[in-house]
Amino acid sequence: MTRSLLSSRVFLGSVVVLALAALVPFLGRVVPFIAVPYALGVLTSAYYFGVFAMSWDLLFGYAGEVNFGPTFLIGLGAYAAALINNILHWPILPCVIAAAVAALAGGLMLALPALRLRGPYFGLVTLVAVLLLQDVIVVFAHWTGGEIGMTVPDVLSISADTNYWIALAFLVVSAAIIYGYARSSLGLILQAAGQDPVEAAALGFNVAKHKLAAFSLSAIMSGVAGAMLIFYLGSASVDVVVDLAIAVQVIIAAVLGGRRTILGSVIGAVFLILAGQVLLPLGQLSTFVVALIALLVILFFPDGLLGQFLHVGERE
Amino acid sequence: MRTERLAVAGLTKRFGGLVAVKDIAFALHDGEILGLIGPNGSGKSTVIKLIMGIERPTAGSITLDGTEIAGWPAHRISRAGIGIVFQHSRPLHRQTVLEHVKLALLPDSLLRLAADPHVDARARAIAERVGLERVLDRYPGTLPFADLRRLELAKAIARDPSVVLVDEPFAGLTASEIAEFAGLIRSLRDAGRALLLVDHNVKSVAALVDRVLAMYLGERIAEGSAEEVMRDETVRRVYLGGAIEAGGRTGVAEGTAAPLLEVDGVSVLYGKAQALDRVSIAIREREFVSIVGLNGAGKTSLFNAISGFVAYSGSIRFGGRNLATQSAAAIARSGLVQCPETRELFGDLSVRENLELGGSHLGATERAEQLAWLLDLFPILSERAQQAARTLSGGEQQMLAIARALMMRPRLLILDEPTLGLAPVILSQLSKALARLRETTEITFLLGEQNVTFALPHADRVYVLEHARIIWEGEPKRFAEEAGAAYL
Repeated sequence: MTRSLLSSRVFLGSVVVLALAALVPFLGRVVPFIAVPYALGVLTSAYYFGVFAMSWDLLFGYAGEVNFGPTFLIGLGAYAAALINNILHWPILPCVIAAAVAALAGGLMLALPALRLRGPYFGLVTLVAVLLLQDVIVVFAHWTGGEIGMTVPDVLSISADTNYWIALAFLVVSAAIIYGYARSSLGLILQAAGQDPVEAAALGFNVAKHKLAAFSLSAIMSGVAGAMLIFYLGSASVDVVVDLAIAVQVIIAAVLGGRRTILGSVIGAVFLILAGQVLLPLGQLSTFVVALIALLVILFFPDGLLGQFLHVGERE
Repeated sequence: MRTERLAVAGLTKRFGGLVAVKDIAFALHDGEILGLIGPNGSGKSTVIKLIMGIERPTAGSITLDGTEIAGWPAHRISRAGIGIVFQHSRPLHRQTVLEHVKLALLPDSLLRLAADPHVDARARAIAERVGLERVLDRYPGTLPFADLRRLELAKAIARDPSVVLVDEPFAGLTASEIAEFAGLIRSLRDAGRALLLVDHNVKSVAALVDRVLAMYLGERIAEGSAEEVMRDETVRRVYLGGAIEAGGRTGVAEGTAAPLLEVDGVSVLYGKAQALDRVSIAIREREFVSIVGLNGAGKTSLFNAISGFVAYSGSIRFGGRNLATQSAAAIARSGLVQCPETRELFGDLSVRENLELGGSHLGATERAEQLAWLLDLFPILSERAQQAARTLSGGEQQMLAIARALMMRPRLLILDEPTLGLAPVILSQLSKALARLRETTEITFLLGEQNVTFALPHADRVYVLEHARIIWEGEPKRFAEEAGAAYL
């Protein structure tokens, strides 16, 4: 198992990509005209976004549940961390742990009743949850800053380089956890439960338990990533961590990268954020172009960018 | 005396008003194969779902080794020692055969991230036992149908269950594959397991089973050895009908013009399963033709090919025109209408709205006339006109489905298993309505049935479809002696 993993295409590819990512901060010494701090900033956001998308793919690709509101979990973590940092003045690490607890608790409150529902209802519940969270934040504007958002006293670092390294390290650790889970025995059971719950139960697997475990992991990773993102940005706002537009972007990133690949989600996220920046001169048109590219990939390569590359020869 | 492994008593299941299983009782011993037999809709599949915990029983007891397991969730029942081989499988696309077998061996724990080292060897041994050793590293998408069935069997026996439930063991298999599968099932029995085989007729499992329990409309109708059950009067009546009335009539022009519908050498493949194998039939204008065949024989596939719902090879001509190039909607508009087995009613719309949708291409006056005529033909529907279709009983839903198809003013009406799951009293109402349609309209009928009693009285001509092929054609009165034996 370990041997096959080390020699697999995925592992080799990841090492190469990681090496390239580690070179980015040193680009300025080779190509002087690139605005390195700017590029690092964009990639830093993209890496946190990658963790959002990986957490989402664990639910969609493996557990077979469509979570239309990933930003419910992300936003819960982000705002829990921001509020505690502001009001109780806890340092960053306890705030991040609190974010994980908040996202897990909120996620379970949502998932326990929703996973009992069949068909599209789980997705609808998650969608409504995002709108509720957004309303709560706006209603309690006194503490949360409402639509404008709130600044946090502590930030991870003011150095673009340090922020980049933290985000990259966080991405690697998250990927190892989520990808490891997905490739383990638990991931296999989860896939079986997602594809055919009746047959999985007949094989002796408690389908609800496995789905709930996956949902919990997804919630914790989303909440922590949300908290990390606001401590990087120095502020929490609805537009950045809660809005449905962000939820849709997370979903597009995961699908673009490739359903059921986990690591593809990172590629999708980086692609989406970079494309948004590169196309910035187009103004309003840039979101249109990005959406169009996403649509074309989904229509013509439904397995996604990474899925297309990995899964040759498994079908007839 | 062998150990009693599984005991079922007073088992009952209701779905709303429908009683799918009624007071079923039996015992299953180690090293024994029990056949659970019944026509479509008899409740036999529901019985194994109740045992497996996929459905919860309404009443009754199911004990495994003396422990009451009725109402337990499926995963607990599986761990208690019952395995099931599903008729349809949906394997994972990205896992190999070996990985599928390993999956079945994993513990249901959130703390075990990797399989135990011995799992690999066990999985290989199980795969070898069912004959999958050549394809261990292949993906399910590339396997022939028989190997997919073997994979299902491997998963079901992976946890070493003491009781194995098998849903339609031989569906879709060729004769030589059936022999191999029967051998596998026998070897499981010889290893001391208790097996319950669910199938449509006694004949297909007669050589394998120690005992047979026959069901009809949710109730036990006979029990005993395969020979005893095949001789049983009630079983004969259910499968063959008491005295089969031959209903040939005069007045249908014979061989004068070209047939209205000509099916010539039509084959249908679903992935690897051959659903139809070079089937040819011809139906003349105003004729009533019944196609008789057991479940899985290919009736629905034939009708779906004619209606343009599935791809086929061969040719189908209707009124002289080739249908291959036409869409399903165009075929229906040209007067070739199917009333499908699954009825496909719009459940939330009222009876009247369902009918009006069927006649949506007619002018207002025509539609009103057609509606009045149909409500006269099926009086129960006019009583229920404002009710949502979903709330009708099975028989009423079937009448609505037929009436909606008739709203389209068909030249040829295909009725696929209209008697599915219906009580005898409804059958006679339906039968009268068909007789009246046959006498008073110009419509040509193509009826697909496994219920021979229902299919024969109306028919001018009968085809028998078995394992994707037409094996007999003739008048209804010759059916009992020439082809009836296959229907027990």
